Amino acid sequence: MDFGQAFVDGLRAAVGIPAIVYALAAIGLNVQFGFTGLLNFGLVAFLLVGAYGTAIGVAELGLPFFAAVLLGVAAAVVLAVVLGIPTLRLRAEYLAIVTIATAEILRIVVRSQTFEGITGGPQGIGGFAGAFYDLNPIPAGRYGIGSLEFTANRLWIILVGWVLVALFTLLVALLARSPWGRVLRAIREDEDAARSLGKSVFAYKLQSLAVGGVIAAFGGIILVVNANFVDPAFWRPIVTFFVWTALILGGPGRVFAPVVGAVLFWFILQAFDSLMRQAIEPGSFAGRYISPTDLGNVRFAVVGLVLLLLVAFRPQGLLGRRQEALVDVG
Amino acid sequence: MSAEIVPDTTGIEPVPGAAKPDPVLTVTDVRKSFGGVIAVDVERLEVQRGSITAMIGPNGAGKTTLFNVLTGFERANHGTWSFDGRPIHELSAHRVARLGMVRTFQLTRALARMSVLDNMRLAATGQRGERFWSALTRSRWQAQETEVTERARELLDRVDLADKADDYAGTLSGGQRKLLELARALMVDPQLVMLDEPTAGVNPVLVESLLGHITALRDEGRTVVFVEHDMDVVQTISDWVVVLAEGAVIAEGRHGDCIANPAVIDAYLGTRFAERERAASGDGRSGDLT
Repeated sequence: MDFGQAFVDGLRAAVGIPAIVYALAAIGLNVQFGFTGLLNFGLVAFLLVGAYGTAIGVAELGLPFFAAVLLGVAAAVVLAVVLGIPTLRLRAEYLAIVTIATAEILRIVVRSQTFEGITGGPQGIGGFAGAFYDLNPIPAGRYGIGSLEFTANRLWIILVGWVLVALFTLLVALLARSPWGRVLRAIREDEDAARSLGKSVFAYKLQSLAVGGVIAAFGGIILVVNANFVDPAFWRPIVTFFVWTALILGGPGRVFAPVVGAVLFWFILQAFDSLMRQAIEPGSFAGRYISPTDLGNVRFAVVGLVLLLLVAFRPQGLLGRRQEALVDVG
Repeated sequence: MSAEIVPDTTGIEPVPGAAKPDPVLTVTDVRKSFGGVIAVDVERLEVQRGSITAMIGPNGAGKTTLFNVLTGFERANHGTWSFDGRPIHELSAHRVARLGMVRTFQLTRALARMSVLDNMRLAATGQRGERFWSALTRSRWQAQETEVTERARELLDRVDLADKADDYAGTLSGGQRKLLELARALMVDPQLVMLDEPTAGVNPVLVESLLGHITALRDEGRTVVFVEHDMDVVQTISDWVVVLAEGAVIAEGRHGDCIANPAVIDAYLGTRFAERERAASGDGRSGDLT
């Protein structure tokens, strides 16, 4: 078995677009859930509006690329307000239900034929990111170490993606250490207590939902700019659950948790995928039991098992503080 | 501790809804029902500024519900109330708190996974760093944060929690949480403090110190309203007692007035007991609820 190959395959995802997209999404979710305790089970909707906002902005409205990105960001803010106003005054479960439903509605709407003229329907939208790649300062060619190689354009979007991850991590670090972040944590712990001390709980929840939503939207934008194509089949609930997995792996409420979680999630997933692919070659022992089409499911079962062990032995996540998980919240 | 300034309540007539010379809180016609059950139905209640008012009454009398309604945590069916001359019955809970009317909870609400010090700092009002854009630039709020921290440490010192400042609030004992909640409420610098069973589940030694802190609040010129079941506590620190039963104020007065009141004995112990007491003592002044 070629462990080197598995390592490279894992690394490709862990330094590449998948990890960046999920890291950005998880940074957003960390603001919403990790700091504020908001149960957003429709996070993928924020990636979706960011992506479609950008694509539609260029392809349909003829906006310059960066203006279209701003449109995607604005769409995420609008989504946060629309989701938040009816639900954030209610108990936490209502936000959870409404976010799941909204994400599904948006997914079905954008790929429906009805709005094909705007969203591209089942065909999606392509070719809107040319202006971004025109800015690429990296000379054409292939870059990398050994078999881990990227084209100049791929390297450009990866660099921009990691810069965004770094900037948003810094932003969250600044916010988390400020009195603003303290109010969010208080709301997570006990919103009635926060209210009794004069904090406008609703306003802070809405801000948290919007800030987290905008960061997550950048995940969607990086994803579609990388492919130069918006794939209408991408925005399934499973994306939200992967982001939750990455965040819980890292440890909700910790500033670096989303990045560590997303990188690790993709490394484990892809490295294991690569190992399994080698193991089930025709004629091998494992090949008799697992067909290549089952592989996708098997690797998720393994990620599930890793998560299960983590929750059992390290409930606070990799970066969390153990005392914090053990504290008597009652 | 400074010399006690006991407010003069002698001139006030001990009847339900009695007018006070300088009321800080005035409640008129407040009704709150849950389905068909009327939880609160208070015609008139005034709280004298600078006094300690105890609110007593059997379980289910509506004391906590009245607290919740007055502080904006539950909506009343109707009624008006004003704090310091300002109508507040339409304000949400956080606005009521910001005006200087702060409540605590029967079951303490320490923010468990935050440090004791952060619990305190959170409660300071008007923090610039609590605004999103200002939060990003530390220089805009650092000076204020230092000030807030200093005040937080002073108050923690006052309630003997200074050495716990960096511990998670969730690691405190029940009594310490009550002290933390009291100190935290003071960070808001309230005019009126509403304490919902401040001594419930607290060991006798800590009760002693809690009562000292509550009396000190009055001596600083603040007004205290507290719900209490322990009649010794009520007798020790309250200047005025309000008795609730089935949602209504059935008696008001100094401690002595209330425990002698047949309506109160009736509410606590039932009609037959009250009648027997009256018959036995002739003037009905020997009822001792403690």
